Amino acid sequence: MAEIRNFTLNFGPQHPAAHGVLRLILEMDGEVIQRADPHIGLLHRATEKLAEQRHYVQNLPYMDRLDYVSMMSNEHAYCLAVEKMLGIEVPERAQYIRVMFDEITRILNHLLWIGSHALDVGAMAMFLYAFREREDLMDCYEAVSGARLHAAYYRPGGVYRDLPERMPQYATRATKWHSEASLKASNQNRQGSLLDFIEDFANRFPGYVDEYETLLTDNRIWKQRTVGIGVVSPERALQMGFTGPMLRGSGVAWDLRKKQPYEVYDKLAFDIPVGSNGDSYDRYLVRIEEFRQSNRIIKQCVDWLRRNPGPVMVDDHKVAPPPRAEMKQDMEALIHHFKLVSEGISLPAGEAYAAVEHPKGEFGIYLVSDGANKPYRMKIRAPGFAHLSGFDEMVRGHMLADVVTVIGTQDIVFGEIDR
Amino acid sequence: MSDYYQNLSTRVQQSLPGRIGQCSVALGELTVEVPKAHLLEVCRVLRDEPEFACEQLIDLCGLDYSEYGNGSWSGPRYAVAYHLLSVQNNHRIRLKVFTDGEVPLVDSVVSIWSSANWYEREAFDLFGIVFEGHPDLRRILTDYGFVGHPFRKDFPISGNVEMRYDPEKGRVVYQPVSIDPRNLVPRVIRHDHRYVTPEVPAAQGDK
Repeated sequence: MAEIRNFTLNFGPQHPAAHGVLRLILEMDGEVIQRADPHIGLLHRATEKLAEQRHYVQNLPYMDRLDYVSMMSNEHAYCLAVEKMLGIEVPERAQYIRVMFDEITRILNHLLWIGSHALDVGAMAMFLYAFREREDLMDCYEAVSGARLHAAYYRPGGVYRDLPERMPQYATRATKWHSEASLKASNQNRQGSLLDFIEDFANRFPGYVDEYETLLTDNRIWKQRTVGIGVVSPERALQMGFTGPMLRGSGVAWDLRKKQPYEVYDKLAFDIPVGSNGDSYDRYLVRIEEFRQSNRIIKQCVDWLRRNPGPVMVDDHKVAPPPRAEMKQDMEALIHHFKLVSEGISLPAGEAYAAVEHPKGEFGIYLVSDGANKPYRMKIRAPGFAHLSGFDEMVRGHMLADVVTVIGTQDIVFGEIDR
Repeated sequence: MSDYYQNLSTRVQQSLPGRIGQCSVALGELTVEVPKAHLLEVCRVLRDEPEFACEQLIDLCGLDYSEYGNGSWSGPRYAVAYHLLSVQNNHRIRLKVFTDGEVPLVDSVVSIWSSANWYEREAFDLFGIVFEGHPDLRRILTDYGFVGHPFRKDFPISGNVEMRYDPEKGRVVYQPVSIDPRNLVPRVIRHDHRYVTPEVPAAQGDK
């Protein structure tokens, strides 16, 4: 009987394991991938073009919508680029707040990653565990910015406002779904300030990471699905422009927080985990260790922020709007506010590239200004874009089921890839 | 930081005499202008010489300068900016190649950095810059069958066509856009240097 072995398979864009809208054209020999051709752009919104039409402060909320699971890290890169061109220094307290929220964001991102990656590979429970913790962290986002996802909290010149003194609590009246006792229990760690809540979380979190590790690290199925899958050598990882855990998993000790420190990372103690085999399992271990290291950074930031009150925004009303109370009294302040909101900041002519160590890798903003109040050109360097471009090489010779593992290990999010 | 980049700039100029254009250090970043003809050679030197060792092409993007400074630009219309990173030496270099013409052409650097593959496809898609020697120069971000290069400055923000479902034809049809572009925030260029304080010389200066 004649056997037809080669065929082309269309994977996605509507596939639960495609992490959004990834369309893959897979050329297969039996169940083995010969070539993978990712088709991207289904979520392309031309953020960079839109940014050319809006002034610098209006552009900030677009950043949240790029990598929509690590919102504040995106904002951070943008703010750094604008601040670099303006030549302004952010108050130290704002720097600590940014670092703390960067690490909260890293945990948020990795939680979603581990949940969905494990779900794709077959470990259903991880998703539930990960979302339990995400809930607490998104409450932190909400407490500080009013939004659970699209925070728009970092601003050129600092952060929008200081950390709240009171952590918002659940309503105490019993409902059809929640008894008074359970609501009271949920409110227990919300009695103090936001910092108290974050500290309580940071104390609990290492225990949760242990739980994840109990479920996965020595799990036979998990190892069968990830060990030796999507192996990338350090040379190839550099060639293909990999950054972040994708590069560190291959054994390259490269982390912008250590190598090109921004904000206050050089004052904090933390370690950079590095893998050795460059496979999906090593990248998993790297990210698990990043949970612990991020938690360490958060604790140090909480400690510092408790002891050092101060301004969180530069005192230059050409960059940051004056406080509301001042605007009611002072004509000058009102004019500043009006000009800032209607016209925005004008950046000096020139160009700058600022990058942060985003949970996924190096997230950079390249700004070109001709002196106007809008960017002349803004290029977003998304880590996922480079990772996905190396996808073909990573899956060649693997089975169809491993495609899902590789998508998971790359931590693909389409908001940033398609921009 | 800036001293390091000044020094690096000198070393780049010494290693590549006559093959590079202007080198400038601003805001702690080194920008090297490279004539189109020498791009591959310069890239290879920057990647392979141990004192530069730029193993990574972090980013590549197209630029359209036609409306720069409200039309005061006189150089070539398009540019490609390459952001190189050396993991070994911990420095970054930005290369800029200018190009012009009906079909702007630049040599492809895929043979030097694999990561250039998709970046060049993107720059081709959005700006119509053609990379000679690219193995598979297809559109990447825009729709299948898209016409035009949307990030060029003469491409309207609202696009040229819109899509709707035609109940009579029973399929999706494309038609010219029916919305008028509006501009809520006028673009203004300020020359009053209001952000320039004595400690921090402006963007062009050195940081």
